[in-house]
Amino acid sequence: MSMNNVGRPTAPNSDSGSGGFAALTGGRGLLQDEALIFERDGWFKTGVDLPEPVLSAEGLGDLVRQEAIGLPGLSEPEAMRHYVRLSQKNHAIDLALYPLGSCTMKHNPRLNEKLARLPGFADIHPLQPQSTVPGALELMDRLAHWLKTLTGMPAVALTPKAGAHGELCGILAIRAAHEARGDDARKVVLVPTSAHGTNPATAAFVGYTVREIAQTADGRVDLADLEAKLGPDVAAIMVTNPNTCGLFERDIVEIARLTHAAGAFFYCDGANFNAIVGRVRPGDLGVDAMHINLHKTFSTPHGGGGPGAGPVVLSEALAPFAPAPWLVHGPNGLALAEHEVDDAARAFGRMSAFHGQMGMFVRAYAYMRSHGADGLRQVAEDAVLNANYLKARLSDVMSPAFPHGPCMHEALFDDRWLEGTGITTLDFAKAMIDEGFHPMTMYFPLVVHGAMLIEPTETESRQELDRFVEALRALAGAVKAGDVERFRNAPHLAPLRRLDETLAARKPRLRWRPEAVQTLAAE
Amino acid sequence: MRYLPLTAEDRRQMLGVIGADSIDALFVDVPASAVLPGPVDLPRVAGELEVERELTALAARNRSAGSGPFFCGAGAYRHHVPATVDHIIQRSEYLTSYTPYQPEIAQGTLQVLFEFQTQVAALTGMEVANASLYDGSTAAAEAVMMASRVTRRSHAVLSGGVHPHYVRTIETLAHVAGVTTERLAPAVDAEDAVIAQITPQTACVVVQTPNIFGTATDVTRIAQAAHAAGALMIVVTTEAVSYGLLKSPGDMGADIAVAEGQSIGNALNFGGPYVGLFACREKLVRQAPGRLCGETLDSDGRRGFVLTLSTREQHIRRDKATSNICTNSGLCALAFSIHMSLLGEQGLRRLALLNHQQALRTRDALASVPGVEILTRRFFNEFAVRLPMPAAEAVEALSGQGILAGVPYSRLEPEAGLDDVLLVCATETVTDDDINAFRLALTEVLS
Repeated sequence: MSMNNVGRPTAPNSDSGSGGFAALTGGRGLLQDEALIFERDGWFKTGVDLPEPVLSAEGLGDLVRQEAIGLPGLSEPEAMRHYVRLSQKNHAIDLALYPLGSCTMKHNPRLNEKLARLPGFADIHPLQPQSTVPGALELMDRLAHWLKTLTGMPAVALTPKAGAHGELCGILAIRAAHEARGDDARKVVLVPTSAHGTNPATAAFVGYTVREIAQTADGRVDLADLEAKLGPDVAAIMVTNPNTCGLFERDIVEIARLTHAAGAFFYCDGANFNAIVGRVRPGDLGVDAMHINLHKTFSTPHGGGGPGAGPVVLSEALAPFAPAPWLVHGPNGLALAEHEVDDAARAFGRMSAFHGQMGMFVRAYAYMRSHGADGLRQVAEDAVLNANYLKARLSDVMSPAFPHGPCMHEALFDDRWLEGTGITTLDFAKAMIDEGFHPMTMYFPLVVHGAMLIEPTETESRQELDRFVEALRALAGAVKAGDVERFRNAPHLAPLRRLDETLAARKPRLRWRPEAVQTLAAE
Repeated sequence: MRYLPLTAEDRRQMLGVIGADSIDALFVDVPASAVLPGPVDLPRVAGELEVERELTALAARNRSAGSGPFFCGAGAYRHHVPATVDHIIQRSEYLTSYTPYQPEIAQGTLQVLFEFQTQVAALTGMEVANASLYDGSTAAAEAVMMASRVTRRSHAVLSGGVHPHYVRTIETLAHVAGVTTERLAPAVDAEDAVIAQITPQTACVVVQTPNIFGTATDVTRIAQAAHAAGALMIVVTTEAVSYGLLKSPGDMGADIAVAEGQSIGNALNFGGPYVGLFACREKLVRQAPGRLCGETLDSDGRRGFVLTLSTREQHIRRDKATSNICTNSGLCALAFSIHMSLLGEQGLRRLALLNHQQALRTRDALASVPGVEILTRRFFNEFAVRLPMPAAEAVEALSGQGILAGVPYSRLEPEAGLDDVLLVCATETVTDDDINAFRLALTEVLS
């Protein structure tokens, strides 16, 4: 069996064909077999009526494209059907609980979608005169005020476009701060072994050497190891809190103190801020920089993988190095400082072409305003309550990685309970699909063997949680009963059976080409 | 609170199941000094009506592009997007799904990404494309980093036609990655000037077409010079509709083509979210950043799609990854792909020509205004003009007359000494009446 380097199988079992009922023409009841747009012979179709141009492009001479591009078109009804059919092959938070740990799949309010589409937000250009967009600047300022107040931090850089982009922003600010005080000896960033992959990737991208910090048996940063590794060569530590095991770092204040005493900065990965929003301010914990995933804590939709938004809150020490542009309160009201001059002369640069993910700012702000300070506190409490409820109701049939004490917003299990059954975490996850649920995060964090990280979020009702628990308990019963085939061949009822990731990587086919399918199948 | 399903009774019973006597018992690991006793100092819960009122009032204070003659471009473009696009992207199954980590129940998203990658590869004339990046500027920065990995060289040459904000985005990343950059002075029509700067140490040459001044350039000769020195050719495009009319980067010898894809399927949104297009030669793909979707088979032998080549990525490779990127711009890529499918090749070509036509008409109208000098000779849908006064002042004056007249170059790069240069863009959304109104108002402002 093919495995990746974290021990996750990437190819189906050889004996896992379905052998069951099959329709004559590849259909599956309401689930339509849908060809690629390139396989529909639509090379001369269009679904957009445009007037006939009367001028030609002769002035452009041989700059004009001559050959066919190779793009098919669809009439409007065909397009609608194509994308609606495809959509029905997707799981979604609007369908059922989506318990991906660390990903925070919560309800996406439609009010936010409506407001983001107001022409006053959606149909304004990033470079039209600032005098024509005071409402947009005001919205950014209000969002900034909420983020600063909720985190207890004095400044925020709004422009990063996703969580990892926010990490990059924070580490760049840290690097700039060290440079500004002439300290060029700091080449190391410390990262716990349980960290998101983006943390070491970000630090390395910025030119730092990554050194790992060990974890204690109870799933927290090993203080002794941290202390031993902190020194004049350390630029920063990157710690997720609550961490990726779903636990609050009890020694967080001491971690910050030790870090600062060593002359380093404390970058907090804020992916899990949803567990503490309204109850704990990272600024009170000694954090110097933290990104906030607006698509996690503040409900902007994940959209099948982005767009995200990752504003970064900054301490006084780091604020002067924030990237351009940023908001300034001037004599004529709000303005954007777009260039690295005057007060902004110490800015480390620019993260992207414009001012950040405005469409996401509108959604996140509408979400915050709807909840209010009290509602957001309730968000954290319910998220933590729901996770602990799942942990309590599953701990007798699965093996919690850290059984003692409460978890935060997500419950982590390992695969000890599957030992000797012939069933892996991946098999169990795929069997959840047959029960109508999206699997939990698998094989992450790396510090726990066969990890299953379950994050229900606060927007699940007790009834949905119970339905989920019953499904998992039933599956656990099937594990115990030795019903191995149910798992090893799962999913049985999804639009497709288990997919061969090894084959995909071995001979990458990254685009449609005529007759690609036949060749692949023949191999 | 309308988004929270638990009742007080649920909470009480659930605490009982857990064996905790209060919610505080679940936060026991938080240091006492950091526990907030109550809600922070912000407004309390608000109903839908109240929130809608506040945000609608804020939106009303902004001048939307559709409210009058509109000629802004310079990296973000106003096009008409068919109603179908916005309807489909708001379907729950697209809007509220996550990155397709479980391909068996994410074939909708994955097939769309596969189609998107094929469309982008075709448009750019490249062999392969990824599943999108954040935007055009970050895609350009990633391309420079990639070229440095591929060539094991650490110097990049940028033309004077690259969007200044793209330049700063590239420089910001390059600086910390130990890649030096040489950017030539801003020039309306001198992409070729990079050739003289290519050395055996050059990792890549970065040119833009159409460039920030609108000039479209055949970069074939530049690509040849880059290749002769063992450097990669990176072609940047900020207006994806131009692919419908102009020769593609691939046709002209690009090794990596990056673009801002906003103008197909996506609104202006005050600068984001947008969608970065990233395409390259197939032999380079293992050094590419971002997600890739690939074709495979399921255990019944049926075709399906998965995220692939993930051994490049941070969640597997951690500090050895090609990039720290964890997300793409999925929903914006979906919007791009739907709009592209609706247009088809025929629609795109016509749309592109309509853009060019309206830009030619705008140019001719402005050329007739005393004191205006047209600077750009060969352009797609935007061009630069020199005014007899600071462009920012002219734009403010025209704004007072309800016309958003374009982007002063000084807005992008105040220190360039091009205060009198205005960047003007006309898409298919600009009417002949708009053009006439612009001409009349500019005549008045300049007189």
